[in-house]
Amino acid sequence: MRDEKNHISTYRSLVTVLVILLALTTISVLITGIHLGPVTVAVALLIASVKVAIVITQFMHLKFENLFLKLAVSGVLTLFVLVIVITFIDYFFR
Amino acid sequence: MTVHPTHTEHIDSETGKLGMWIFLFTELFLFGGLFLVYAIFRAKYSPEFHHAAEELNAFIGTINTVFLLVSSMTVAGALTAMQKGDRRMTLLLLTVTIMLAGLFMVNKYFEWSHKFEYGIFPGSPVLKNMPHGELLFFGLYYMMTGLHALHVLVGMVLLSINVVKVKAGTVNSERFLMLENSALYWHLVDLIWIFLFPLLYLIT
Repeated sequence: MRDEKNHISTYRSLVTVLVILLALTTISVLITGIHLGPVTVAVALLIASVKVAIVITQFMHLKFENLFLKLAVSGVLTLFVLVIVITFIDYFFR
Repeated sequence: MTVHPTHTEHIDSETGKLGMWIFLFTELFLFGGLFLVYAIFRAKYSPEFHHAAEELNAFIGTINTVFLLVSSMTVAGALTAMQKGDRRMTLLLLTVTIMLAGLFMVNKYFEWSHKFEYGIFPGSPVLKNMPHGELLFFGLYYMMTGLHALHVLVGMVLLSINVVKVKAGTVNSERFLMLENSALYWHLVDLIWIFLFPLLYLIT
């Protein structure tokens, strides 16, 4: 049943993921320390997005869930990004 | 074997988990709305936001980020331990997670009380005399970190209930949906912070 398909994350993989996340945090802190203007914002948001993707797929186990849940999560995240983009289009071109 | 308990368990946990994810979607839009307001006002009052954000202590923010990232790993580890049937390890990792959450809140307490000392709190005279953009920044700062801190507290309560249930054996290696969903909730708390941290503390 469930247990046959159920994937159990190993401690080792969890530690690896944490190390990657901490490394990304360090990079983010260091890069934003250098003031590059709008580039800083873009880089910080990009790194945050990568971190979020890692947490969702690994810690939240989405990588090993069924297709329906994967599609649901991707769909909702796409909707969220669209809401932001459309609001900004409205704001800048009104 | 006409009544097969694992069969019902199978259906329960799949749908139960889906329900949790749907709840997390609503949480995304709750915080998403605030992020959107922040983004628009940041674009509108760029210099004021820049100035106000420099008031925030990036060091405390970074430490809290580390606490939350580590706690996210320990809660995922607690789930792994439970699935393997290692109760002792599950309890240990859950306790560590709750302690890290507690440390996060202690940090938050110091951070906020430091601001209060300078008279920076919602509705304060100091804040009212600030330029409009800075007022908005601190308003959003308290609203967003406050709502997030509330989620940390709820997460601590949820994880504590799990400790009790694991001890009682009602959450075990066969039935661990509650632990799984609580872990998902805790990861969401981490996810929100991953965006809050650079937006409020780093990008000045």
